[in-house]
Amino acid sequence: MAQPDERTNYLNWSHTVKSWLLTTDHKRIAILYMVSITVMFALGGLAAAVIRMALVVPQDTLIRHETYNKMFSMHGVIMVFLFLVPSIPAVLGNFLLPLMVGARDLAFPRLNLLSWYLYIIGGLCVVGAMLAGGVDTGWTFYTPYSSIYSNSHVTLTIVGVFIAGFSSIATGINFIVTTHKMRAPGLTWFRLPLFVWSLYATSIIFVLGTPVVAITLALVVAERVVHLGVFDPALGGDPILFQHLFWFYSHPAVYIMVLPSMGVVSELVPCFSRKRAFGYPFIAFSSLAIAVLGFLVWGHHMFVSGQAVWTGMVFSFLSFLIAVPSAIKVFNWTATMYKGRIWFTAPMLYALGFIGLFTVGGLTGLFLAALTVDVHVHDTYFVIAHFHYIMVGGAIMGYMGGIHFWWPKMTGRLYPEGWAKLAAGITFIGFNLTFFPQFLLGLQGMPRRYHWYPPEWQSLNVLSSAGASILAVGYAIPLTYLIWSLWYGAKAGKNPWGAVGLEWTTTSPPPTHNFPRTPVVTWEAYDYRDEEPPTEEEREPVSVPAGGER
Amino acid sequence: MSAQAIEPSRSDEPFLGEQFENRDQQDEAYTVGMWTFLATEVMFFGALFLSYTLYRSLHPEVFRAAHHYLSVPMGTINTAVLLTSSFTMALAVRASQLRQRRVVMLFLAVTSVLALAFLVIKGFEWSHEFEERHLPGPTFQFSEHQPPGATVTTAEAGRVGAVLPGDVPQIFFVLYFAMTGLHAIHVIVGILVMWGLIALLAADSPLVRYYMPTEMAGLYWHFVDIVWIFLYPLFYLIPR
Ligand code: HEM
Ligand SMILES: [Cu+2]
Repeated sequence: MAQPDERTNYLNWSHTVKSWLLTTDHKRIAILYMVSITVMFALGGLAAAVIRMALVVPQDTLIRHETYNKMFSMHGVIMVFLFLVPSIPAVLGNFLLPLMVGARDLAFPRLNLLSWYLYIIGGLCVVGAMLAGGVDTGWTFYTPYSSIYSNSHVTLTIVGVFIAGFSSIATGINFIVTTHKMRAPGLTWFRLPLFVWSLYATSIIFVLGTPVVAITLALVVAERVVHLGVFDPALGGDPILFQHLFWFYSHPAVYIMVLPSMGVVSELVPCFSRKRAFGYPFIAFSSLAIAVLGFLVWGHHMFVSGQAVWTGMVFSFLSFLIAVPSAIKVFNWTATMYKGRIWFTAPMLYALGFIGLFTVGGLTGLFLAALTVDVHVHDTYFVIAHFHYIMVGGAIMGYMGGIHFWWPKMTGRLYPEGWAKLAAGITFIGFNLTFFPQFLLGLQGMPRRYHWYPPEWQSLNVLSSAGASILAVGYAIPLTYLIWSLWYGAKAGKNPWGAVGLEWTTTSPPPTHNFPRTPVVTWEAYDYRDEEPPTEEEREPVSVPAGGER
Repeated sequence: MSAQAIEPSRSDEPFLGEQFENRDQQDEAYTVGMWTFLATEVMFFGALFLSYTLYRSLHPEVFRAAHHYLSVPMGTINTAVLLTSSFTMALAVRASQLRQRRVVMLFLAVTSVLALAFLVIKGFEWSHEFEERHLPGPTFQFSEHQPPGATVTTAEAGRVGAVLPGDVPQIFFVLYFAMTGLHAIHVIVGILVMWGLIALLAADSPLVRYYMPTEMAGLYWHFVDIVWIFLYPLFYLIPR
């Protein structure tokens, strides 16, 4: 509760439910999103737990195949469309973008609130479909199964994904306009934090990719409901067209999930190395390169769909090409750390975890991009391991790192550092234990999306399930202490990390309009001057370490 | 952004959002936002245009035979109606820049009437297709005989006869209904936007005391028009 002598801020100026549900403050909307995606993460995680439990034994003892199909579909739909896609953009992006560019809010605050409501309506449709009996098409909704044959609740699920898609589009438009038009005086493009660049690149994908998957899924519904069978072979349609249109969005969507994480890491690494980001323009432009190239590689999901060999070769080449900008980022982060004063806080541990796991994910992506290898491992657990290294090892590590880093700013409280480091370690170990065995299973040929497997694969599967339970502990600990810290955490100052960036120049938590006066920026991004990290005393009281106030 | 812009005087600009420093910033934000939204819309229709291109190249003879069932006069009249509505919309935008409130209302009303006329004509066309049982689905029927006006060479007719008896001609009507249907939804949204603006203008609301809302509605309406400019030749004017 607010102390009478405390300054009012965006959290405590009003405590009514209405003031939350009708807020147009980007910071409050970020919190609304944070709570809702956490619920979704829990639901998706529950499904994952059932999957991993079922896979402990080679036959079906726990659940039967219909239930298994519904579980992995629920897991995929919720995790991709309702957790990962909105995670960093809608939570950290919403909270930070206006602060980072020195604005009072996003360009269109009401559109921002609308996006949250669309997300909630979409989420309710999806969850409703799950409760009504579930969907069994997988998150990919491949036709003609989804359009003609499946008897599960495909329509309602797709309606939910469709509506949630418009919340992404709204967020994307808002971010693009804010980045272009709301920057504080003096904040040129090349003084922007790299996180802003990555949000901008992500928004491009939101705006250009999401409508394509929206209309494609709408056509599937049209085919189910009113026989407008664009993908129906009986009518001269082509079910493979669905795959093209779906992956035209969904490959870029994997970059929606990982680009913002890369942006977070680009903030954490300079701060905790007390050094300027090495190769700023390269990191910035590699984000844009990924956004653009990401639209040109969808065919690598269809190497065995009967597409022409020449087409496959072009897609293979382009897929190799897109590894270059990703690698550029990894090299630049490494070079930033080189000879830096590395400060091993929990966010930094997450950032380091991201770099390592993303590298593994990216390198195995190259295996898959090689046509001949992919014919062997396509639709096996190798693919599952590959994208989980990127989406869980990369994207979620980045999200956790970011949440810890900006927690003091968002809540005005510090989290307990010891517990946080422990959780970061547990997550890293649990993650590798869960997914590394899946590479081996995939190489041995275990196909994805089956719940029966030959007994000789049991030990690796048991290992993976054991890892998953460790991973679950790694997520449960932060959930507990972060909530705890809201009441019992030490009070945070303006700038507990001695970080640079406009968001650290305002109070924690920030006032509703962010800055008392619009800031004027006269310095470059990442102006770290090899200072000592702030001491323990400096972190807690409301003091301003060097580098904060300018 | 200039240094003076930092402390704006807002009292005389009731329509200035509190997140903005000044009018220019707000206008530019609206404009960039609208164009970004239109880029989204292009991609939204884009997937359908891609499907059209693919299926027309797969089944050219079906597309040629099926398009005879669409009425070129009706399509042409509708094109003219929509183009005229774009013109009256442009006049509305101009009037709003000149702050002529009543003229804006008049032209918005005219535009929305033209838009309604477009929908009515479209409705007649659709109901005709329903009667002819061209609505895709179990009731779909496609007679092999060519409607009057169709000139198919004997060689072509042989091919047509080979393909048409199946369900394949449905794909033409699937695309026709999907694309014109999506377009019609956009027309309806446009009409609602215009009526909303008219209501605000009638109440002399401060929100519309400057021209940006009308200008944005205009931009959207021209986009709706342009989509039709593509749909019209693709469905009605396939070379015979
Ligand atoms: C570094 C560049 C990358 C390359 C070259 C690459 C390559 C590939 C290839 C070729 C496949 C298809 C495998 C198959 O189905 O046989 C694939 C699958 C996948 N990749 Fe990547 N990938 C890269 C980065 C990423 C990133 C950054 C993400 C996510 C954030 C990601 C997520 C996925 C997903 C979700 C799938 C599987 C989709 C499915 O079949 O359900 N990839 N990747
Ligand atoms: Cu891909």
